[in-house]
Amino acid sequence: MKRRTGIGKALLYVILVGYATITIIPFLWALSSSFKTLEEIVSGTISLIPKQFTLDNYKQIFVEQELFPRWLFNSIVIAVSVTMLNLLFNSMAGYALARLQFPGRKSLFLIILAVLMIPAQVTMIPNYLILKQLGWLNSYQGMIVPTMVNATFIFMMRQFFINFPKELEEAAELDGLGRLGIFFRIVLPLARPALAAQAIFVFMGSWNDFMRPLIILSDPQLFTLPLGLNSFKGQYISYWNYIMAASMVFTMPVLVIYAFFNRYFIKGISFTGGK
Amino acid sequence: MKQAFTKKMKRETGTAYLFLSPTLFVLLLFIIGPIVFAIFLAFHKVQLLGTMSFKFVGLDNFVRMIDDTRAKIALWNTLKYVAIVVPCQTMLALVLAAALNAGLKGEKFFRIVYFLPTLTSSAVLTLIFMWMYNQNGLINRVLESVGLPTYNWIGDPDVALNAIMIMNIWATAPYFMVIYLAALQDIPDSLYEAAELDGANAWQKFWHITVPYLRPVTSFVVIMGLIGTFQLFDQSYIFSAGSGGPNNSTLTVVLLIYQYAFKTLGTMGYAAALAVALAIIILIATLLQRKLSKEESLY
Repeated sequence: MKRRTGIGKALLYVILVGYATITIIPFLWALSSSFKTLEEIVSGTISLIPKQFTLDNYKQIFVEQELFPRWLFNSIVIAVSVTMLNLLFNSMAGYALARLQFPGRKSLFLIILAVLMIPAQVTMIPNYLILKQLGWLNSYQGMIVPTMVNATFIFMMRQFFINFPKELEEAAELDGLGRLGIFFRIVLPLARPALAAQAIFVFMGSWNDFMRPLIILSDPQLFTLPLGLNSFKGQYISYWNYIMAASMVFTMPVLVIYAFFNRYFIKGISFTGGK
Repeated sequence: MKQAFTKKMKRETGTAYLFLSPTLFVLLLFIIGPIVFAIFLAFHKVQLLGTMSFKFVGLDNFVRMIDDTRAKIALWNTLKYVAIVVPCQTMLALVLAAALNAGLKGEKFFRIVYFLPTLTSSAVLTLIFMWMYNQNGLINRVLESVGLPTYNWIGDPDVALNAIMIMNIWATAPYFMVIYLAALQDIPDSLYEAAELDGANAWQKFWHITVPYLRPVTSFVVIMGLIGTFQLFDQSYIFSAGSGGPNNSTLTVVLLIYQYAFKTLGTMGYAAALAVALAIIILIATLLQRKLSKEESLY
């Protein structure tokens, strides 16, 4: 694939640049709208550069809309807890399935694989009733506990640990470490690349989730950002400048994380997606 | 010796179940339990007010689907959505991956840009697109300026679902592109070199080497695409403020399940039956896909 003709190369660039433009314009458009005045917004100009650059929209959502900072806080608490718990529990489960010998090992693995394929809609209604019975509707734990493990990443961790060099563990065992010691002090620190990829996906999944909070949370105080944003839209129906500013605040944290962990991202997808 | 061995085994079993306990807890309480519960609900009428109660109604919930016009509309919308979005996003993903893999300059930049929609939440993406789909919005302005017809993207029942399709093809294709990219790197260069010696052009190489080689990955991408598109919810919900409108044109099966379960009283059992039916449809679609792609590879 190395030698190519000039025309072929040009065509490829047209495809790449064209699609990059299509991808980036919605974001630039949203970003620029978030710095425009409402007046300019309703006038329907399509200039990407605001005529009158203003930060009022951001001020508005943080100061006037008292709940917005609260939604941000809720989203952070939930996404961070879910991520930490997933990292710990998925690794523990993956390690047990990869390395430990115990009765039921094979069938458990098959069950976890099967569960991967069940669409969430089936469990959505029963989950609601169970959480209601537990008194966990409208609570952090109702959002966190049901999502603190993830079959996809248990599977991914199992694959990772199967390929993990056994010698290190055997050496640690000779030095007198027990299984728990081996796992927490030797294995887990060395699993960092797999954990990083997992952390990004779990965080994003929780941060961006719309359906679960929609069903479980009805108290606006406890809304997460996607839900808050949706109710915000209902309230400020034609104030697209505010809505776009709120959308940008919502998107920033994920972009920052991505900028830092870019390489793990691609690895993670080929891990979960590939083969 | 034998005793020490079993002792070690016992300890190992204990550790294993200790390690697995959080997983088992969630699996039983929030996944396997609910699956059984969902099947139970599908055959019952659920009374939520006061103390929860269930009344066995046999197959009533399933029979009801046959006469439910909105269920038919939702199923039709969903099938149309799946049938258009899955092939489009798969092809787009493949073309983008192949173009990115050609070893041109700036590959890293394109990768980062293409990945933006995958990072962004469905709620934000839907809002941005609703803003662009405005009657007076960016998309209509651009169409106007090049002399194409404009649409009432959000309000016209004939167009609203297409608007969601366009947005989601745009948003999902890059995700699958990354999966294709990883697979493309595994294709041995020697295959292309051999084809070049035989005088194959770029298109022939793509069609006769790249595409067949990627068949297993394509199968995976299509199955993931099927599962994802059948579950369309967030976008329709936000687009139509939960109603599935205008005139039921963005009503999807999952949105209908949501409405019956949480927005109308006394229809939770029916919603559960719909959810079970959807799961069966998805299962059949993925099995069918698997069978088809296997037969294809015989040629």
